Amino acid sequence: MIVVNTETVPGLVIREVKGLVQGNTIRAKHVGKDIMAGFKNLVGGELQGYTELLTESRREAMSRMLAQAQQLGANGVVNVRFSTSSITQGAAELYVYGTAVVLAQPTA
Amino acid sequence: MEDLIAAVVSLGTPLGLLLLGYYVGSTTEKKHIRSLEQREAQHARIIRSTLRRVPANWRVSQAALVNGQAVIASDYFKMFAAKLRNFFGGEVRSLETLMDRARREATLRMLDEAAAMGANAVWNVRYETSTVGRGMGGKGAAMAEVYAYGTALRVESNR
Repeated sequence: MIVVNTETVPGLVIREVKGLVQGNTIRAKHVGKDIMAGFKNLVGGELQGYTELLTESRREAMSRMLAQAQQLGANGVVNVRFSTSSITQGAAELYVYGTAVVLAQPTA
Repeated sequence: MEDLIAAVVSLGTPLGLLLLGYYVGSTTEKKHIRSLEQREAQHARIIRSTLRRVPANWRVSQAALVNGQAVIASDYFKMFAAKLRNFFGGEVRSLETLMDRARREATLRMLDEAAAMGANAVWNVRYETSTVGRGMGGKGAAMAEVYAYGTALRVESNR
């Protein structure tokens, strides 16, 4: 499965457009990490707990999108977009969407 | 006696709201999902894509911007489940289904507009999400807005 955020894949042509595919997830960290992040606010720096949270979520949302693409019989997802929103405190929603396509070698 | 009444009221209110949220919330959710599935089937022939460029072999006779939005609020029970999840960490399923419903609703409203002009494709679809706020002085349900927009195309032929 080829996943890109450009409209075309260099060297390949889009044979067929299968349609929009998407994946979302909302995750939260346990209260201990929230408290640690609170302390971190005093001195600044990277909030590793939350970095981890967003990385995990992005991966999860992505795999849900890819599962949808696979079901449609696509072998690539192009023009992928990510969007993040916070619904409640301490929980983040990751949303990813793109276009499932069938990619093939160009016929000369 | 008065103490007992006060205790019942102070304990009973959140419990009552929780039960109300659970029963009313889950029935509306089931109803909403049923109606979403039904309307999605009606619009299944409209192909959606995030691509900007229309395939070179398509002949398009009409193009117009279409959009749809939906603002959705969680119920009391979903918020309770989310708060509990926030304590232990992990996936917040109760809010995931909520956002999914909002997004599908917004998409359907966009597709309604597209169908009204006789379009059979929507290109360059984008989604925006924003949190509108929380009711009851910041203690109530989470509310989110989903906005979907794209360009509806009337494709005459794709040969």
